[in-house]
Amino acid sequence: MDSFTTPLLAGTATGALLLIAALGLALTFGQMGVINMAHGEFLMAGAYTAFLTQQVISNTDISILVAIPVAFVVAGLLGLLLEMTVISWMYRRPLDTLLVTVGVSLVLQQLAKDIFGAQGDPVESPGWLDGNVDVFGYNWPYRQMFTIVLALVSLCVLAALLKYSSFGRQIRATVQNRDLAETVGVRTRVVDRLTFFLGSGLAGVGGVAVSLISGTNPRLGTTYIISAFLVVVAGGLGQLKGTVIAAFAVGIATAFFADWTSASMAQVATFALVVVFLQLRPQGLFTVRSRGLA
Amino acid sequence: MKSAVRTFGPLVAIAVLAVLLLVVAPSVLSPFRLNNLGKYCCWAIAAVGIGLAWGRGGMLVMGQGVFFGIGGYAMAMHLKLEAAGPEGIPDFMLLYGDGTMPGWWEPFRSGAFTLFAIVALPAVAAAILGWAIFKRKVKGAYFAILTQAMAVVFATLLIATIQETGGFNGLNQFTFFFGYNLYDPVNKRMVYSITAGLLIACLVVVWQLYRSRFGELLVATRDAEERVRFLGHDPANVKLAAFVIAAVMASIGGAMFAPIAGIISPSDVDATASIFLIAGVALGGRALLLGPALGALAVGYGRSTLSEQFPDQWTYFLGALFIVVILMFPAGLISAAGRAAGLLRPRRRVRPTAARPAGATS
Amino acid sequence: MRLDHPSPDDLGQDYLEIRDLTVDFDGFKAVSGVDLTLLQGRVHFLIGPNGAGKTTLIDAITGLVPATGVARYRNHNLLALKSHRIVRAGIGRTFQTATVFEELSVLQNLDIAGGVHRSPFALLRARRGTPDYVEAALGTIGLGDLRDRPAGVLAHGQKQWLEIGMLLVQDAKVMLLDEPVAGMSAEEREETGALLQRIGTERTIVVVEHDMDFVRSFADLVTVMHAGKVLTEGTVTEIQANARVQEVYLGRTADAAEAAEAAEADAVTHEGAGRD
Repeated sequence: MDSFTTPLLAGTATGALLLIAALGLALTFGQMGVINMAHGEFLMAGAYTAFLTQQVISNTDISILVAIPVAFVVAGLLGLLLEMTVISWMYRRPLDTLLVTVGVSLVLQQLAKDIFGAQGDPVESPGWLDGNVDVFGYNWPYRQMFTIVLALVSLCVLAALLKYSSFGRQIRATVQNRDLAETVGVRTRVVDRLTFFLGSGLAGVGGVAVSLISGTNPRLGTTYIISAFLVVVAGGLGQLKGTVIAAFAVGIATAFFADWTSASMAQVATFALVVVFLQLRPQGLFTVRSRGLA
Repeated sequence: MKSAVRTFGPLVAIAVLAVLLLVVAPSVLSPFRLNNLGKYCCWAIAAVGIGLAWGRGGMLVMGQGVFFGIGGYAMAMHLKLEAAGPEGIPDFMLLYGDGTMPGWWEPFRSGAFTLFAIVALPAVAAAILGWAIFKRKVKGAYFAILTQAMAVVFATLLIATIQETGGFNGLNQFTFFFGYNLYDPVNKRMVYSITAGLLIACLVVVWQLYRSRFGELLVATRDAEERVRFLGHDPANVKLAAFVIAAVMASIGGAMFAPIAGIISPSDVDATASIFLIAGVALGGRALLLGPALGALAVGYGRSTLSEQFPDQWTYFLGALFIVVILMFPAGLISAAGRAAGLLRPRRRVRPTAARPAGATS
Repeated sequence: MRLDHPSPDDLGQDYLEIRDLTVDFDGFKAVSGVDLTLLQGRVHFLIGPNGAGKTTLIDAITGLVPATGVARYRNHNLLALKSHRIVRAGIGRTFQTATVFEELSVLQNLDIAGGVHRSPFALLRARRGTPDYVEAALGTIGLGDLRDRPAGVLAHGQKQWLEIGMLLVQDAKVMLLDEPVAGMSAEEREETGALLQRIGTERTIVVVEHDMDFVRSFADLVTVMHAGKVLTEGTVTEIQANARVQEVYLGRTADAAEAAEAAEADAVTHEGAGRD
């Protein structure tokens, strides 16, 4: 039983982390066709925010709760800055945008290295997250459960925002037909910026969750970002449910592969799995189908 | 007359580069500098392939480090075995392992097999991956991400297999190169000349490809893939051919990198190394014949120089290079310089800049 | 002279046969049970309001969207072939927005179209001289003087002609043209129409078009589509006299029309009066 529940539960927690990271990516990719390679560094920014908050508020029980909204804003503002200074100049050049954000990601990583040092810093988890619960012989840490809760809350808030708020309606209108949205008075440039803020902010929240599990580290972004990208690729664009399913599928599959072989072989297997999956569904799990050439 | 200039002008430029690399450089540079130049040539060979795939074919290959690594490790394995002598096994296997050599190392004792593997392994790997991706019309950013994921996976795998591939340390301490002692400066120079010669050869291959019908078809596929499909071509095959050629070139570059640098390790082939390979191509001009190679030589030189003076700041330069060049000079510095010069002359006609089709699938 | 679908045995000529063709987009039938026989030597027009399924029908025939039913040309089951194989079977198409290779010259554009049957080795050689069939196509589409220009600088109409020229070079026996005269000047339309009639004698030409003047001037046969189905088929005169056609061109779906029958009757009278 242990060999089943352990990877299942640990994989679900990894999947939740991937979900938070991938939600923001899917949002900006879906809306603007922009792949932001610096998204992983926003995750890292969230982790360092958690670390810094802890330096200011030494009570770990409270600091982590403060860190979540602060990290959202910090990463969100970084995203906004990136959008305004770089990305907004290069719409309709998606591959070039990708490369420019690679450059941004390199700079941010080095910056973190210079400010905080190449070695990571620990982030202490609050007392109320210490401990674990026994699930079929696996001591499931509260911290992992917390990640899942955080991911699901983020997902629900985002979904509700997209569905019910006027901002959400404007996002969806822009995704489906940018030119038309513009002609009916949606200020797509403003919508783009808000979307970027939101998507990057989510990465910040994810970073707080990551910091509880592995502390901070300048290379923290690169650890998660590739898997998050694979999640976006496999999940397809245009619908959140594809991202959700793909995130947990990748997380759990990687955990099982790791259990059967090794952590590195698991990466190979997951990559192969995504490539094979694309043979079956080249557009990802779900996508908005339309006619004609696109 | 004019068309002769257009056809053979590039050949003359390649010839000038050949003279500079093969005649001038060895006579003016110190052995240390010449060896460094050899390293840049290795990156330039890979860059020529990236120019083909990305500049002409529109495929942003972000995992060329993998193919660079395949060639590099294949060569390094042969050199390790040569250093260990007949029946000997590489030193690190005694250090980290139980002193037995994995069976798949055995064929690399043969120099002929190694040379064959340097070409065949990346070709097969690229063909399989390319087939799976292009036939299903996965392209644009999706393709770029998959190739980068491949580089991450490859490096992880290398690091995890310390007993088989030397892990994080990679493979180093080579003594012989196909019988020639690598500690002899004369032999070092020979290895450099081979590398520079291979770079020139790759440029000539790409020159012919660019002026051939295949070259036109590749550009056509980049700019309007669906249109090509409705001319009766399968764009997947066109892209596959370019991707495979680019992979083989990267592998050749990697193969020469091992004896010149004296080491090949995961950090030479991982995602960041792959990004580094692209940097020169972007700088020089992705779609030009000589742009990628010259850009790679320049970036390689910049890396050595800046790393000497500001050891920790090199990453900032690399990051800034991407941001500035891609944002402001997407066609590369050579094109930008050409355009600046062109502004001073009256122009015959204005070319509209073609909007690139958006990436992603569908 | 309404044409019934001829059976294959009656024909000594080439034709493209479509039977019960249906395209289903996740439950929405963009094309539903279409039967058509497209004969060689005719300029065949496909008209209908927006969303009638004209372009989707062409997409289905050329392998761009999956479809059920039958689309047969000579011995080829088109619905089972990949797009580029369909082209090799002799069926070419253009798109609503002219897509030529902007950075390549007019000559190179045409040359690429003729490259289908070249061996891989021939592909590796540079082009020398101009093949006869490329020269012939250049003459037919009247772009001979612009052969070395990059296609990107051509006028809109010239790009459409270049596209048709590419179909000529690839020797397409069936040409499916999606709104070839959209955005053209009256003069360019005339020239395009004449071009279609010139090349139409040995080919099957299908034109999707909105412009009724153009249809009136150059159509041998017109098929009207509405809501994914074939509404009717006939000569221009027959189509213009057809009350159902006038009805759909007023922008009503069949259901809506039932709901507002009285108003519709008025409208049809008006439209009819306007046409006479």
